[in-house]
Amino acid sequence: MQKLIDRIRELLADGTVARVLGWRTGDLPYNPEPAYFECEEELQDFVYNGFCGANLSKYMIEASRLEGKTLVCLKPCDTYSFNQLLKEHRVDREKAYIIGVGCKGKLDIEKIKKQGIKGIESISGAEIEEAAESLTIQTIYGEKTCAYKDAMLERCHVCKGKEHQIYDELIGDSSDTTDADRFAQVRRIEAMSPQEKFAFFQNELSKCIRCNACRNVCPACSCRKCVFDSTKFDSSQKANADSFEEKMFHIIRAFHVAGRCTDCGECSRVCPQGIPLHLFNRKFIKDINELYGEYQAGEDITADTPLTHFTFGDAEPSIVGERG
Amino acid sequence: MSIEKNEEFRPKIVAFCCNWCSYAGADLAGSSRLTYPADVKIIRVPCSCRVNPMFILRAFEKGADGVIMCGCHPGDCHYSTGNYYARRRMTLLFSMLDFIGVENGRTRVEWVSAAEGVKFSATMNEFVEKIYSLGKNVRLEDLRCRS
Amino acid sequence: MYKIAREKMPQLYRRIAENKELYLPLEIGGQANFAVWEEGDTAALDVLKTVKSPKDAFFPQSENLYTCKRDGKKLSIEPQALKEQEFVVFGMKACDLQGVQVLDKVFLADPVDSFYAARREHGTIVALACHEPEETCFCKVFGIDCADPAADVACWMIADELFWKPLTGKGEALTAQVCDLLTEAEGAEETVEAEKENIRRIVEKLPYMHLSLDGWNADAQKEKFDSPLWEELYKPCLACGTCTFVCPTCQCYDIKDYDTGHGVMRYRCWDSCMYSDFTMMAHGNNRTSQMQRFRQRFMHKLVYFPANNNGCYSCVGCGRCVEKCPASLNIVKVIKKFSEEKAAGGEQQ
Repeated sequence: MQKLIDRIRELLADGTVARVLGWRTGDLPYNPEPAYFECEEELQDFVYNGFCGANLSKYMIEASRLEGKTLVCLKPCDTYSFNQLLKEHRVDREKAYIIGVGCKGKLDIEKIKKQGIKGIESISGAEIEEAAESLTIQTIYGEKTCAYKDAMLERCHVCKGKEHQIYDELIGDSSDTTDADRFAQVRRIEAMSPQEKFAFFQNELSKCIRCNACRNVCPACSCRKCVFDSTKFDSSQKANADSFEEKMFHIIRAFHVAGRCTDCGECSRVCPQGIPLHLFNRKFIKDINELYGEYQAGEDITADTPLTHFTFGDAEPSIVGERG
Repeated sequence: MSIEKNEEFRPKIVAFCCNWCSYAGADLAGSSRLTYPADVKIIRVPCSCRVNPMFILRAFEKGADGVIMCGCHPGDCHYSTGNYYARRRMTLLFSMLDFIGVENGRTRVEWVSAAEGVKFSATMNEFVEKIYSLGKNVRLEDLRCRS
Repeated sequence: MYKIAREKMPQLYRRIAENKELYLPLEIGGQANFAVWEEGDTAALDVLKTVKSPKDAFFPQSENLYTCKRDGKKLSIEPQALKEQEFVVFGMKACDLQGVQVLDKVFLADPVDSFYAARREHGTIVALACHEPEETCFCKVFGIDCADPAADVACWMIADELFWKPLTGKGEALTAQVCDLLTEAEGAEETVEAEKENIRRIVEKLPYMHLSLDGWNADAQKEKFDSPLWEELYKPCLACGTCTFVCPTCQCYDIKDYDTGHGVMRYRCWDSCMYSDFTMMAHGNNRTSQMQRFRQRFMHKLVYFPANNNGCYSCVGCGRCVEKCPASLNIVKVIKKFSEEKAAGGEQQ
């Protein structure tokens, strides 16, 4: 991290960038927040560790409107989102100075707490320098340990790889943390009977509190005004008034980002109710891959997007029933 | 709120028909005295491409038991390519509905040209039959819309 | 004071549920939330904080107000019936309890909200002391003692026994209903006192418990409102409603109409000051930037509310927003930032 901070300091001092978009140390061992740093003094609070899971590329939409360049720290998977935003002309490449930061998997405090670890005072092993196998957690109820892998965010188990897709320079090493099949869960659900599928999603979606965190954090949800926020729209965008509304919101949201979603996993990370929202996105990605050819949003910004293109020989919608 | 035994189930079916082919096909079916059940309510759209995924969900919300979309045959779109986009969209949407447990038979896409009055009537008869066998839609309706 | 063994708790639930609705923390899809208990459900009483606060039991996220129906040329209006069913909320914590008291100040003050009042009248609260408070808790800052919740019935879970102490008439009535399941606990006062001491010792060790609310009062309204700190603090905010929807004291709601196709249903649902259409009026919106919305939330909790309610803050330190904010922002960081700034300002002078 020192190397990163030194380089940032340099770029800020020589005027290459006007501000830095990174993470500020939290007041607990696990809650750093996305933050702007505009002078050397403020950089004291800069941090980059295993809990810096937030994808900063969406903040670049706002930052693109500011005077001068913004230095932004992007992890390998965040660069896919940045690329996608670039493709959609939502961010200005000229306004960004991208430092590709190393990533060896990010941590999920919920997963740590789920193991019964509470009253956390400090956590060691989350620093980015060494590749720690396990975390040592000091709590007021005694010392606890937790394997790094067991505390990783869901998305890190299906890592898109250690390569940054876009950057001005790279600092730090990354590693591919894949240890699961990206579509395994989707396949398991596809194999269920309609009753089981319905029961599964009803159970998950009934937890939705309509906080809109999934939408607001999503780099693909970059509309200035969301259709669900329209006052003329006959929908209760903030009320869980009926089970239909939840399905409507989540299906339509996933549909609106279909073909543009890079599977960055932010929606599932932020959901206060732990709804596996990535399943909707992955279902669309899986279908697109199977029906229209392999496609990874944010990888190649010149490629045709699946929903704005077609071929004459596309599958008919009846394939949904036929393939069983 | 169960359906009483002696009350016969009458499905509500919404058919989105494109102005240029399928709506004309429905017209032809009518003027040719071909029959199809009155349970089918047609909504005319300028092009099958106009059908927003939200239309399909809204129809289910307000109590439809099945939704069918009809457009020009691929290659015959009045706007050249509209139905190609619609085809991809509907494939993905129907696949998603299937994924969350809405029976696949409740959604359908059929290409009907202005000359295919027979096909229109046959398709609708078949679809209504299918919905009869599936019964009432309870997985994707808004309970508040029940009277 | 009474007690009951942990393994007999399902019997207790069953007995209560015989003639009352019983709200318990239940784990659904891996998340604990208050919900109506049904036979076979396992209560998640060991969970310190449910995701949502139990305020739903008194002030549900969405509730119908009335329904208009059209029949030919006739229109009929059917008001929603008030709650008449007795219910019990079991396992509320001291902070949630204080949260209900904050809601009382809003909904039971003139003009009384009849929907809320009916729920308060028919609800009995069985509160549970916090056995192992966590690092995100800061209830003590607001003068709440999580070791000794003052509800209709106060409970302590010690080892494998639940100690039960009725404190009000409603609590006594509930106790009478379940008395044959409870046993008179001889000398339990001492055990409970020891547990209370134990909890209070833990509280002293928690990092947020010593937060200072110095300077958060009505007199500081203008100074706080005009502070340049907000401009910096709000930046990571995503403008989602997580903090407001998990909060036990947020009480803002919106009233909307739903077109059922054959009538109109007027309902109200929680609103969030973080949303762009919050307090939207015909002329537009009076808070047009996210900074203003963000400021509103904290000013309301720490300045406006106490100014109108004899110094009672509308934050209870449950720490749910601390845990759930997607951008790791929270009220504690806001309070700390203002304190730091004040200390720095003091040094300069």
